Amino acid sequence: MTTVTTTSIPAVKAEGVGKTFPTKGGDVVALTGVELEVAAGEFVSLIGPSGCGKSTLLRLIADLDEASTGTLEIFGKPARAARVDQDYGIAFQQSGLLPWRTVAGNMALPLELHGVGAADRVTRVAELAELVGLSDFVDRYPDQLSGGMQQRVAIARALAEHPRLLLMDEPFGALDEMTREYLQSELARIAAETAAAVVFVTHSIPEAVFLSDRVVVMSPRPGRITDVIETGLGANRAEALRESPEYFAKVTEVREALHGAPVERANER
Amino acid sequence: MTLREVQGPTALPNWLRFVAPVVVGILLVAVWVLAVDVLKIAPRMVPGPAAIGAELALRIGIIGDDMLITGTNALVGLLFGALLGVVLAGFAAAARPIDGMLAPLVAALAVVPIVALTPILNTMFGASSQFGRQAVAAIAAFIPVFINVLRGLRQTRPVHRDLLRASGATGWQTFRKLTLPTALPYLVTGVRIAASLAVISALVAEYFGGPADGIGTAIASYAKSGRAALAWAYVAGAIAIGLLFFLVTSLLERLVTRRSPV
Repeated sequence: MTTVTTTSIPAVKAEGVGKTFPTKGGDVVALTGVELEVAAGEFVSLIGPSGCGKSTLLRLIADLDEASTGTLEIFGKPARAARVDQDYGIAFQQSGLLPWRTVAGNMALPLELHGVGAADRVTRVAELAELVGLSDFVDRYPDQLSGGMQQRVAIARALAEHPRLLLMDEPFGALDEMTREYLQSELARIAAETAAAVVFVTHSIPEAVFLSDRVVVMSPRPGRITDVIETGLGANRAEALRESPEYFAKVTEVREALHGAPVERANER
Repeated sequence: MTLREVQGPTALPNWLRFVAPVVVGILLVAVWVLAVDVLKIAPRMVPGPAAIGAELALRIGIIGDDMLITGTNALVGLLFGALLGVVLAGFAAAARPIDGMLAPLVAALAVVPIVALTPILNTMFGASSQFGRQAVAAIAAFIPVFINVLRGLRQTRPVHRDLLRASGATGWQTFRKLTLPTALPYLVTGVRIAASLAVISALVAEYFGGPADGIGTAIASYAKSGRAALAWAYVAGAIAIGLLFFLVTSLLERLVTRRSPV
């Protein structure tokens, strides 16, 4: 278990990061010239249309793929070292739960992989289940849970080893709107409680604005960062925020950044 | 919460599902008794159920001994064949060149009719050894286990592989926590198919020489000497072995495949 000794080291620091996939028809540039710094404890969303490289960037940070150019540091370490040292937790669009393990078994998987003793695992799983509100379901199997509950198990699993960085690749993308908004509030609470930095990939503008300190707007062909918008919405992410004018203003700002120009409303033409 | 539907719209009521096969069984026995004992129109080699039952009760000791021999041969063949299948499938899944080397060999083994090998193996290992019969059962059991396990070892989902990599799992940990459990349902399905094949092969192998014991040998010799009821009693014993293997492996399969993927 690591404690934050200094906050001056950024959670993620990308300099000139690019990714090229070789294909039969020539190289495809998925990502180019990415300059990004995510401070410790900061919530940053990556948003953009399909093919803008937002998931690719997340996979590079997680060291699931290797950057073709540039340097990428996680807490001052190369991405590979950060992965091996388990400096981050990760959740995907699919919950990726192992169907033959119970909720408790799935939450404990990272702990098992790193040799945490059985007694400590039980304690930690109880804490995690409490954190994501699944204490009554620890003995269930994934196929007995709803999609939203499965995703909460996946988030608990990502948090198992107290990571200071949480990477999330459209974790609520496959859920219905109501479950989605509920889990967004839960995630905002959990992120505040754990003080972990979050890099959150999404294609939902309201979701990005509601959750983030900063929204990174990306654009395809080639995938790159085109704009970074500070939301300045503060620490309070209560439901009321969704109805506030500041929130709507930021949603509009992100939408305009995505479309490259102020969006004209149909009735104003 | 998604609870799996147990009964489809066309499912029979529970009592009917239980009673229907029993009624069919009773009807068949009634027709059988009618044809053999009442009307006496059946061929001489088809005795009535009462005669077979009487032989079975009378000779249960020796029938049991022979069942044990054939059952053991089938079990030894199944275990060795399955073990070989798992190990070779593991190698084939680990390295493409090994897969390429094994593929034609397995295809060749799969198309060789088991009866074609049996007389040769029986003669090779002599009249005092069960090894030929066990080898035949092992070859028969090997094929479905190998094919299923190899397939199962390749079924890991990308999201699970990403997860284990992101969790800093070692290669061995990934194999133990992900690849192996993913392949397990495929293994038990392979073993269930192999179990029936092993019993059939062990029994048929006895028709082509080897030691003078086992269910198959007894059926062949009593059928030739015209003791129909006793031959049929042995057939009942053979059915019991097959049923036992089928039930045990089906139960195993059910236990392992209980959890559907999400």
